[in-house]
Amino acid sequence: MITKRIIACLDVRDGRVVKGVQFVDIIDAGDPATQAARHARDGADEIVLLDITATHEGRATLLDTVRRTARELFVPFCVGGGIRSADDAAQVFEAGADKVSVNSAALKNPLLIDDIGRSFGAQAVVVAIDARRDPEAADPVRSAQVYVHGGRKLAGRRVVEWAREAEDRGAGEILLTSMNSDGMRTGFDCELTAAVSEAVGIPVIASGGAGTVSHFVDVFGRGKADAALAASIFHFGVSSARSLKEELAKAGVSVRLPC
Amino acid sequence: MRVTVIDYKAGNLTSVLKALRHEGAEAVVTDGDLSLVETAERIVLPGVGHFAATSRLDETGLTQAIRAAIARGVPFLGICVGMQWLYAGSSEAPEQPGLGHFAESCARFSESNEKVPHVGWNSLEVRAGSRLLAGVEAGEYVYFTHSYKAPVTADSAALTHYIEPFASAVERSNVMGVQFHPEKSGATGLKILANFLRWEVKGAE
Repeated sequence: MITKRIIACLDVRDGRVVKGVQFVDIIDAGDPATQAARHARDGADEIVLLDITATHEGRATLLDTVRRTARELFVPFCVGGGIRSADDAAQVFEAGADKVSVNSAALKNPLLIDDIGRSFGAQAVVVAIDARRDPEAADPVRSAQVYVHGGRKLAGRRVVEWAREAEDRGAGEILLTSMNSDGMRTGFDCELTAAVSEAVGIPVIASGGAGTVSHFVDVFGRGKADAALAASIFHFGVSSARSLKEELAKAGVSVRLPC
Repeated sequence: MRVTVIDYKAGNLTSVLKALRHEGAEAVVTDGDLSLVETAERIVLPGVGHFAATSRLDETGLTQAIRAAIARGVPFLGICVGMQWLYAGSSEAPEQPGLGHFAESCARFSESNEKVPHVGWNSLEVRAGSRLLAGVEAGEYVYFTHSYKAPVTADSAALTHYIEPFASAVERSNVMGVQFHPEKSGATGLKILANFLRWEVKGAE
């Protein structure tokens, strides 16, 4: 039976793991290669490294970080941040990533999704969507908007429509981050996740808001997520992926155990 | 132990090479140097992406070289599309023949409410006697990412259930294939690669 994936996410800036609360108040949480190995050992089903370095110098650091992180990692490894062309993607794959995640650059140039998919296969392309809903809107889920540049700028696209287009262009998975709940530890946006998951035929990874085990149970249930991302829940000793999955199994969620 | 890894320009070999080297293999890559196939001790055909990309194997002469190596008894492992290539073909690219070592063809998952591609960790039902999957216990998981799959036949070494049962591994003497990615399947995957690297030719095949 296919299992729900728990994906450990490392937000990296200038070669160090950080984690933002609603994209500000960044706290240092260690070396990416060490953290990734620890998460894999602790039962994470996959590792995502999101580079939030904005500078050009940071690119070289990123490739080195990816290479070091991939060296001893034998679970799927996805890298995102700053990938603007199929050539950028090729360098990241060469350094050892299995998938790349594209976000702002794909909104600016949607053909990027087609290009990477053609060269490396759909399974290698994750389209990351930063979503924010307006709680005042008549239909906050359908009208939820895509944001770019770390959540600072409206992209002018609705979330569900953009997810469908990404699939049509050959994305293999959608990584959906709710910016309303990101870092708040109050739970995933299950309504929005379910809306996207029902709109596309490819797997949806839910992100943003994990604080307790029941939040994961919810997003795999009524949120219809195929995988869920967790970052800060692990970083400060709240839990390991293994203990999270043991709790999920008790709640009836199919997970990879033992791991 | 030297392993010849076939590069047909359909994606990324880094992870496969890394995992084979981790298990002690000396991995060499060829995208058309037939001598590396003619002298191969083991052959791995990885694969992510589209079945149509295997046309490059025909164009470069690798198909014939691999066929000859298999006939000599060289252990061969196809991964993902590399496994599917062992069959007669795939509905993903009907005009492109596979090797035809196994007579059946690969097809897309049937229409259902489930997501396609099948992405994630799923379990294996290992058939007794599989040498490739020796030591893999019931309930061990491996990582899949694919939309097409091989049918269950007498040659299937393991079955996996998703939408319908399919062959997650195939094995007939020195010719083996896995639909999942052993290089991305943690300790279980490394164990399977180690089995392949230790696979011994038993007399005349």
